[in-house]
Amino acid sequence: MADPVTVALTVNGSPRWMTVEARKTLADALREDLALTGTHLGCEHGVCGACTVLLDGDAVRSCLMFAVQADGADVVTVEGLAPADGQLSDVQQAMHACHGLQCGFCTPGFIVSITALLERDPDPDDEAIRDGLSGNLCRCTGYQGIIEAVKVTAAGRQGQPS
Amino acid sequence: MTATEERPAATPAGNRFVGQRVQRREDARLVTGHGTYVDDVVVPGMLHVAFLRSDLACGTITTLDVTAARELPGVVAVFTGADLNGDVHEAWVDFEGGAGGRPFRCLAEGDVRFAGEAVALVVAESRYLAEDACDLIELDIEPIDAIVGHDAALAADARPVHPGHESNVHGAIPATPDPELDAIFEAAAHVVTETFDQHRYLCVPMECRGVVSIWDGFRNELVVHTSTQGAHGVRGFLSRALGLPENRVRVVMGDVGGGFGQKMFMIPEELAVVLAGKRLGRPVKWIEDRRENLMAGQHARNDRMTMSLALDADGHILGARAELVEDVGAFPAAGSSAIGFVGILYTGPYKIPRIGFSARGVYTNTCGRCSYRGPWMMETTAREQMMDTVARQLGIDPLELRRRNVVEESDLPFTTAAGMVYDNVSIAASLEQAVEMIGYDALRAEQAAARAEGRLLGIGLGLYVEPSGLAMGNMASEGAMVSIGVNGQVQALMSSGNHGQSLETTVAQVIADRLGVDVDDVTVIQGDTASAPFGPGTGGSRSAVILSGAADSAADRVRTKILEIAAHHLEAAVEDLEIEAGRIAVVGTPAKATSITEVARIAYLNPAGLPRGMEMGLEEKARYTPKAPFTWSNSCHACLAEVDPRTGEVTLLRYVVSEDCGVMINPDIVEGQIAGGVVQGIGGVLYEHMVYDESGNPQSTTFVDYLLPTAAEVPIIEYGHIETPAATNPGGFKGMGEGGAIGSPPAVINAVADAVAHLGARLTAQPLTPMAILAAIDEAGAHRT
Repeated sequence: MADPVTVALTVNGSPRWMTVEARKTLADALREDLALTGTHLGCEHGVCGACTVLLDGDAVRSCLMFAVQADGADVVTVEGLAPADGQLSDVQQAMHACHGLQCGFCTPGFIVSITALLERDPDPDDEAIRDGLSGNLCRCTGYQGIIEAVKVTAAGRQGQPS
Repeated sequence: MTATEERPAATPAGNRFVGQRVQRREDARLVTGHGTYVDDVVVPGMLHVAFLRSDLACGTITTLDVTAARELPGVVAVFTGADLNGDVHEAWVDFEGGAGGRPFRCLAEGDVRFAGEAVALVVAESRYLAEDACDLIELDIEPIDAIVGHDAALAADARPVHPGHESNVHGAIPATPDPELDAIFEAAAHVVTETFDQHRYLCVPMECRGVVSIWDGFRNELVVHTSTQGAHGVRGFLSRALGLPENRVRVVMGDVGGGFGQKMFMIPEELAVVLAGKRLGRPVKWIEDRRENLMAGQHARNDRMTMSLALDADGHILGARAELVEDVGAFPAAGSSAIGFVGILYTGPYKIPRIGFSARGVYTNTCGRCSYRGPWMMETTAREQMMDTVARQLGIDPLELRRRNVVEESDLPFTTAAGMVYDNVSIAASLEQAVEMIGYDALRAEQAAARAEGRLLGIGLGLYVEPSGLAMGNMASEGAMVSIGVNGQVQALMSSGNHGQSLETTVAQVIADRLGVDVDDVTVIQGDTASAPFGPGTGGSRSAVILSGAADSAADRVRTKILEIAAHHLEAAVEDLEIEAGRIAVVGTPAKATSITEVARIAYLNPAGLPRGMEMGLEEKARYTPKAPFTWSNSCHACLAEVDPRTGEVTLLRYVVSEDCGVMINPDIVEGQIAGGVVQGIGGVLYEHMVYDESGNPQSTTFVDYLLPTAAEVPIIEYGHIETPAATNPGGFKGMGEGGAIGSPPAVINAVADAVAHLGARLTAQPLTPMAILAAIDEAGAHRT
C-alpha cells in the first residue's frame, strides 16, 4: 500500500488537514477522518447522489473522487449549510415545510444539489427543477415535496409569497 | 392538489393536533446532516467486515483457502461457514413462533445456492483492507446447473435447490374440489381466463443494511446497533441465535434510511457479523454496499397468477378461480411468502360470491424473497388487470364493469367469499371520487380524439381494499410508556420501529390531544430495547392503528391520574375539570385552576398533596391490541398515460389517488406515504427489474442497470381523501403505508394496456419497457406511425 498522503483543504469555511491513503474516497475521508457523517453513501458508484457535496461551488459526488484530489479545494458539506446551530438554511427549511423527506437518508444530497441548482439558476421552471434533481435518488417521497421545496425556496429568494 | 370529502363524526371531539398538517419533529436533524444512521456509529477499537460471495448460482465448493487473506497485514480474522455456522443455536424470528420453517445458514458451507451467497467473512482494521483480503481468498466452485424461474423449479425432474428436500415447493395451498363453483363456471354466460406475470423488483431502501456489534465479556453484554424495522425482533432473534439471555442483549436502532419490508428481519450476513465480533471480543462493523444489497440483500415480487372469472350476461361476477406461483429464491425471509394472504384477499373490492384458489411458493437458485410494501399485492395487480381484460372482452367500459361489481356502502358489513368482513369502508365512493377528480368521461373523449391523431392515450384504474393494522401473532400488539416528568413535559417510550413513517410526529399528536398539552411538549423515543416496550417493528401498515392505540391508552391513564390529583388539589370533582393547553381548570370557573406542571410537582415531590392511597408519579404503560385482526382501508388509483408510438416510451400525464384511511392523524404524512408508494409502483412497472440470466447470474447489481425512477419521470400526484372512521380503535385510524405500492402497479399497467389495446397489443407481463411495448404492438401486427 502506498504511503498516506496529507491533504489540506477548506471544509465548511475552516482549514482542515487529513492524512489518508491515496485510494481513499473523498466521501470516506469526510465521514471517517473529519467526522462529517451528514454526507451519506447510497451506492458508491455515482448514481444516487446521497454523497453530493460542493467542491469549489460545484455539486460533485464525493464517492467518485479521491480525497487527495480535493487538496487545496473549498468543500461544503450539508453540515456547512445551516447558518447557525439550531437554524436552517432556506433550502433546509423548505424541505421541512414541504414534507420533502421521510427516512432522510437521501436528504443531505438533495439539499446540497438544490443549493447548487438555485445558485446556477435562481428561477428554474418545472422542467429545469426536475432535470436539476434527476441526479439524486429518493425512495420515500416520490419527489413530490422535494420539487415543491425547490419552488418554495426560489420564490422566497425572489420575495414572492410561497 | 387535495380534495376532501367530510364524513360525519370523522374527528372525535377535542382533537387539536390530530388532523393537522403538523410539521415533522424528525426533520431538523435530518436536513442538517445530524441524523445517526448505523454507519455513523463509531466505537473505539472497532474493526470492519467484508464478505467474499459466490459468483455462481449453484455449485460444490471444492477449494476454500483463506491462508493468504489471514496473512495480509491489518487482517484480524477470516471466518468460513465451517468456522461460524456451528455457533448458531436457533435461527427463527418472533414472527415464525418457532424453529424449522425455512432453510437458514450464516455462510455457505460445502455448496453455494445463489449467486451472491456469502462464503467467507474477513475482519480487518479497515473496510478497504477487508476487501483487499477477500481478493486473496482462493475459492473454487464446481458448477451445477441452476434452477432459475418458476417452470424450472416445478419441472417433474427438477433437482431440489436444497439437497435433502423432496421438491422445490416451499409452501402450497392445494386446490380444493368445489362442484358448486364448477357449476357456476359451466352455467356462466362469460368465462374469461388470463395469466399475469409480475417480474422481480426490490425494496431498495436508500440506506443499505448495516450492523455494529459490540460484545463485552466483562459485562456479559451484547450491544448491537443496526438498520432495522424493529429492535425487539432483532433482540429476540440474536438471543436465541447466540444462546444468550435476552436481558444480556441490547439492540439499538437510530435513524434508519428506509426499509419497505427488507429490514423486517436480520439476514444471515448480519448474524455472521455478530458471531464474528463475539468470537474476537472486539467491536465490528459491516455496512452492506449497494452491489451487495441488490445482489443478495433479498428480493421481492416475482409472481405468476392465472385468474378465471365467471360472469353473467350483464357483467356481474359470479365466481372466480386463481392459481398463484411465487418464487421465494433459495433462502427466503420469514413471512415473505404471501400465498395465504393472496388467497384470502384476491376478491378485493368486488362482490364475488364463490371462489377457488391454489398456490405454490417455490425455491430457486436465486436470492431469497423478502416482504416488500404489500407483500401480497399480486392479488390486486392480477385482479385489476383482470377487470380490464374482462371489460375489453365483453365490450364494457372498465369503469362500468367495476361499478357493476363493487361493494357498495349499502352492502356493509360485507363478508367476502374468503370470510373477510368489511365495514366502515367507502370502496364505491373512492372509485367515484377518483374518476371524478381525473375527469374520466372527458378523458375518454380526449383519448378518442388523440387516437384519431395517431396518439396513444390510455386510462388505468386500480381499486383495492388494504388489510391494515395487521394484528396477529407477534404483531397483535404495540406498547407505550407515557410519563410526565417533574417539570411537566411529556415523554413517550414507544415500541415502534420508525424509519421514515414520521411516528415521532404522529404519536406526539395523538398524545398531545389526549393529555391536552401542546404537541411541542411531547417527546417520542423509540428503537432501543433498553428503554422501549416490546414491539414487532414496523410492517403491515400497523403503526397508525396499533401504535397510536397504545399511545392513546397510556396517555389516557396519565390523564386520569392528572385529573384525580388536580381534583384533590382544587377540591373539585373530576367530572368538572378540563385540560386545555397544559392548564387544568374547573369548567365555568376558570380562575379555579392548576397546571400539569404543578400536578407533576405534587406527584413526584409532595406525597402529602396526593389523594389518599395514590401511588406517586405520573408514569403509565399500556399495551394495545385492536378489536379486529385487520382494519380495512381502501383506495382507488386512476392515471392517464401516453405511449409514444415511435419509441414505446410511457409518460404519465395525470395521477390521482382517492384514499380512505379513516381519521387522518396528519394529512401531510398520509400524502407523503401515498406518493412514495405510488412512485415505487411506477418504478416497478416501468423501470425496475432484477434480471437473472438462465444460469442464475444477476444482471442488474448497480443503479446503472437497476433503474429507479427520478424526479424527471414522476407525475404530480393528486390526492382525494375520504374519512370513514375505523371501529377497531379509539382514534378511528386506519393504516395506509403499503397501499400506494399496491394500487399503483395495476393502475399504470392498465393505462398503458388501454393505450395500445385498440392496436391489438396485449400486455400481461412487466416491466413495460419501451422495447416490450413496441414488441407487443409489432406482434399485434399494427403499423407504427
